[in-house]
Amino acid sequence: MNIVNFTPVPAFLGGILIGLAVVLFFIFNGRLIGISGIASNFLISKKNRFDNFLFIVGLIIGSIFYKSFTSLEINISISNSFFLLSVAGLLVGVGTRIGGGCTSGHGISGMGRFSLRSIIATITFMIVGILTVLVKSLV
Amino acid sequence: MSKIISLVCGIIFGIGLTVSQMIDPAKVLGFLNIFGDWDPSLTFVMVGALIISSPFFHLFKNNKKPIFAKSFNYTTNKEINKKLIIGSSLFGVGWGLAGLCPGPAIASLALLNINSAVFVVAMFVGFYLVKLSEPTTQAR
Repeated sequence: MNIVNFTPVPAFLGGILIGLAVVLFFIFNGRLIGISGIASNFLISKKNRFDNFLFIVGLIIGSIFYKSFTSLEINISISNSFFLLSVAGLLVGVGTRIGGGCTSGHGISGMGRFSLRSIIATITFMIVGILTVLVKSLV
Repeated sequence: MSKIISLVCGIIFGIGLTVSQMIDPAKVLGFLNIFGDWDPSLTFVMVGALIISSPFFHLFKNNKKPIFAKSFNYTTNKEINKKLIIGSSLFGVGWGLAGLCPGPAIASLALLNINSAVFVVAMFVGFYLVKLSEPTTQAR
């Protein structure tokens, strides 16, 4: 194992902002942030649909804000393969709904409440994610 | 007021994903590449988020109601079952394939990147397929 590209300070500061969003949403609106839940409920449920819509819009505006305030370019390296992206997107959509949460819902909101269910979910998707990357590097 | 909070929380969350660079699939894949060139940054994102959120959850969990809503509304599901493991595993495969999970995928739509859009559309198809297969399940 070699440690590369490690950016602890921005990572920690970004994490604090994410935690702050989770806290405000909980204290004011009484809900836990899980992006897969918010996004899928926006699609399939009438309940809180406008709230969920505004949250999703905010999520997109957030990165534009960052770009315009800091005038830093956001560089992302994303796969160009539509096939791989479609398969991955489908698995993420199906998996997060069957498993009841994603990195934010289980990983932050659930683990923050010390939910054993969420801790087990987070360990599971991290181990499987690590194995997937390992297998990809071998084939 | 709850509408404004929803928008503001989305914005703060989106800025958080961008500041931490988690919007970049390469950072996430670097984190998952623990047996190769490992980028531990994601652990610091989790720690930062948990340090802030966890104390507040425990301070406020006995409050009767949130400030702008009638009642707290979140899952109290504690079940640890096959569905949890199978779902989380499927998610893990998709996460490891593309380096995207729902938050960063949606936030990266801001970059008008067609590849993000393909992923997000497929993800929504996935949400819908699960909804079709189990109409009574309450999504979280």
